[in-house]
Amino acid sequence: MTIETAAQAAYLVAALLFILALAGLSRHETARFGNLFGILGMTLALVATVALAVDGDLSGTGLVLLLVAIGIGATIGLYRAGKVEMTGMPELIALLHSFVGLAAVLVGWNGYLHVEADPDGVEAAALEAQGLLGIHSAEVFIGVFIGAVTFTGSIVAFLKLSARMKSRPLTLPGKNLLNLGALGAFVVLTVWFVIDPHLWLLLAVTAIALLLGWHLVASIGGGDMPVVVSMLNSYSGWAAAASGFLLSNDLLIVTGALVGSSGAYLSYIMCKAMNRSFISVIAGGFGIEAGPADDTDYGEHREIQADAVAKLLASAESVIITPGYGMAVAQAQYGVAELTRKLREKGVAVRFGIHPVAGRLPGHMNVLLAEAKVPYDVVLEMDEINEDFARTSVVLVIGANDTVNPAATEDPGSPIAGMPVLKVWEAAEVIIFKRSMASGYAGVQNPLFFRENSAMLFGDAKDRVNDILRAF
Amino acid sequence: MIIGVLGESSPGEKRVAATPATVGQLLKLGYDVVVEPGAGRRASFSDEAYADAGATLGDPYQADIIFTINAPEPARLDRLKTGATLIGVFNPRLDEKLVEDLARRPITVLSMDAVPRISRAQSLDVLSSMANIAGYRAVIEAAHAFGRFFTGQVTAAGKVPPAKVLVAGVGVAGLAAIGSAGSLGAIVRATDPRPEVADQVKSLGGEYLAVQAADVEVSASGYAKEMSDDYNERAARLYAEQCADVDIIITTALIPGRPAPRLITEQMVASMKSGSVIVDMAAANGGNVEGAVAGEAITTPNGVTIIGYTDLAGRLPAQASQLYGTNLVNLMKLMTPEGDGRLALDFEDVVQRSITVVREGELTWPPPPVSVSAAPAPVAPAAVAAPQAAEKKSAVRRDLPLVGAGAAVLFVLTALAPEALRGHLTVFALAIVIGYYVIGHVHHALHTPLMSVTNAISGIIVVGALLQLGHGGAVVTALSFIAILLASINVFGGFAVTRRMLAMFTRS
Repeated sequence: MTIETAAQAAYLVAALLFILALAGLSRHETARFGNLFGILGMTLALVATVALAVDGDLSGTGLVLLLVAIGIGATIGLYRAGKVEMTGMPELIALLHSFVGLAAVLVGWNGYLHVEADPDGVEAAALEAQGLLGIHSAEVFIGVFIGAVTFTGSIVAFLKLSARMKSRPLTLPGKNLLNLGALGAFVVLTVWFVIDPHLWLLLAVTAIALLLGWHLVASIGGGDMPVVVSMLNSYSGWAAAASGFLLSNDLLIVTGALVGSSGAYLSYIMCKAMNRSFISVIAGGFGIEAGPADDTDYGEHREIQADAVAKLLASAESVIITPGYGMAVAQAQYGVAELTRKLREKGVAVRFGIHPVAGRLPGHMNVLLAEAKVPYDVVLEMDEINEDFARTSVVLVIGANDTVNPAATEDPGSPIAGMPVLKVWEAAEVIIFKRSMASGYAGVQNPLFFRENSAMLFGDAKDRVNDILRAF
Repeated sequence: MIIGVLGESSPGEKRVAATPATVGQLLKLGYDVVVEPGAGRRASFSDEAYADAGATLGDPYQADIIFTINAPEPARLDRLKTGATLIGVFNPRLDEKLVEDLARRPITVLSMDAVPRISRAQSLDVLSSMANIAGYRAVIEAAHAFGRFFTGQVTAAGKVPPAKVLVAGVGVAGLAAIGSAGSLGAIVRATDPRPEVADQVKSLGGEYLAVQAADVEVSASGYAKEMSDDYNERAARLYAEQCADVDIIITTALIPGRPAPRLITEQMVASMKSGSVIVDMAAANGGNVEGAVAGEAITTPNGVTIIGYTDLAGRLPAQASQLYGTNLVNLMKLMTPEGDGRLALDFEDVVQRSITVVREGELTWPPPPVSVSAAPAPVAPAAVAAPQAAEKKSAVRRDLPLVGAGAAVLFVLTALAPEALRGHLTVFALAIVIGYYVIGHVHHALHTPLMSVTNAISGIIVVGALLQLGHGGAVVTALSFIAILLASINVFGGFAVTRRMLAMFTRS
């Protein structure tokens, strides 16, 4: 057994541990073990790799540099992880994606500098002998391209999610052509690079990919962010897998493929929940054509006050709360949790109905509610709870809009027609917490507000929830 | 303020506007209650019972708020004091003379039969609560007049077929009739122009007979409205068929503010079996049945009994008084927001606006219309379902070439790839499949932790950077250094934040 074979074996075990980690996350009971398996796998992989590097011709300074880099990275990572607000989770995750993307770009560049830039070197000669040099060049390109798209895409997503950039979709003329053009240029440049590797080609492809990533995400609006974030998650996986091909490292390939398919699957769930194809989300521009054309008279909405809501809740048999991004924005989850606790003490059955695209991240609402100590077994997803609304006394819609819009099921002409929604309107009473009568992200008016069993509770969701708590 | 409860003066009226139970609730709202002696006698509520509940027995005409059912005659109206509020059932849509008379007086008049049909106002809706009782009573009256069992039986003395009951008009009264007739064991059928009531009929065990016509009605006000000629013709055919078959017909068709529609003609009655019974619940408004006499039960030459009683609800006086009284209590709750026994009429509230006929001597009838958006039933669901099925099929068909193309590309790629790459491609393809299945089972609530864990794991790219460090020149080393640093942030940050999140999830 050499260090080399030992490392290979360690990689295999690490890959299996990663699979176990993802499998563990499928249930609450095993989720913590899942995370532990992930940590174990990563430790094993790191140790094996460092051993491999030291066994190679890594100098003393090299080792120091290596440890310093890991040390700094670990400090920053742990600090951020400890400090982040749960409402800030989407930003953090987007930012982390960008790091993977950038790392992939750097690894790709190194691959070039190592081999192609030094055509007389040992490595290049070895690859040449195997007839793999062309493939190596292609791998460099693919890795750099995916990495760069992930990098700028994630940066834009981060900026949008943290409200440092307008979440309104950017609409450049012929944006689809721009995207396709960038892809075409990438293919042409790759072929060129394989035949005749030049530094400027690599520079050009990096620039194109960076711009493409930027443009791709900039032209997608804030409400589609769950799809974007999981899509970038997927990209970061593919970037890692591409690096794996480049370095002939199976661990990277396996892990990258796992992450890539996980992100793709989440994107698929999100798209299904919005009844839209992946392409249409990526192509962006949703809700723009549905603008002021809608002048239907929906009638009058009814307003209600917090103390009346408190009375209604106190006499209710069952309550379902459907939170949306507005709850996260208003930081109302603690009040909502307190309300849940009080109602449950009174014997009122309280449950939560979570739409798959509620929030800005898959599962975002669950994390917020968990943070506020809402037990997870009363937090149900749309399919589990949708049939129960008809038997529910009161529904509280907190900061959600498009995900509870009856137009999606009833109005075939609506821009969101066919999107599965929470059927809150079937309940006896629906209370909608809302800042104003403005329409939701999709720009679609919500007939729910004008139903006779709906009442609007205007104002900041956090303040209103606290008002209700005081009125108890 | 004082609430006065009048005794009903019309001889046929046995109900009363408040019962001892509702008196207690009115007192809780801060009111004093004066009951006219003997007011509840015919509904089996004694004066002592009212007194025990906390009411005073005395002259109710000087009270601030007057509870009644029917409008008192002018002489008694004259005794009301200025500024009093009179609450009862005044039928303002049809009884113009009464409205005129009331408007001449310096009082406020609220008519309980004008409550709009919105969910919020259901607790005050006298028409619903009375219709419910009337529907029940209509079945009892029919059973009383019908010379047979309702339920089918097999006895030693022979087999008895169940009675067949047709209910025309599925409003509150119709539904109550369907339920009551069904629980007596009859076979119940029901018709109504509004197809959305079919489910309600089914839920009570009845069979809904649809009139096959082009214009299905979608009700905006919650009440039925008049139908087109084509519809009426087809409906007539349906009734003609049913008349020959059923034993009991209960008609409940009423259109607000209009004479009742004529559903059953003389010929149809003539076609019915001898001994059959028809209860025309719309007799007071002209009747759904030709030949019905308001307030009376008559028998036609061919032995069909047509019952046209107009006081069906009043024939259950104790029950009707209790429900009516509760409707009034709910109105008082609505109009006494402070709970301090002071009546406040709020014209901003659509319910209170709708029922106000006269405000302080000023005519406010008719009120602006209230639209009730009873969700229109999705039209022709079968037509929608068909393309959906087709869509699913085509989705599979669309996916097939995609899967095929993917397989072909992978095949070509792997076949042409050099030895080293082939192994990697195999690993890659299998890992994607594993990833897909593993992720597919992840609980929806754990999607965010899943993302952060995959994030941490994708930091595995650090391995690549580690291997590159120290190979090649300073540039490579610098780039590797940065890459290691970034990927480490991911690895440590990702796992740490996942840990934090998972620790928050707790069971109840």
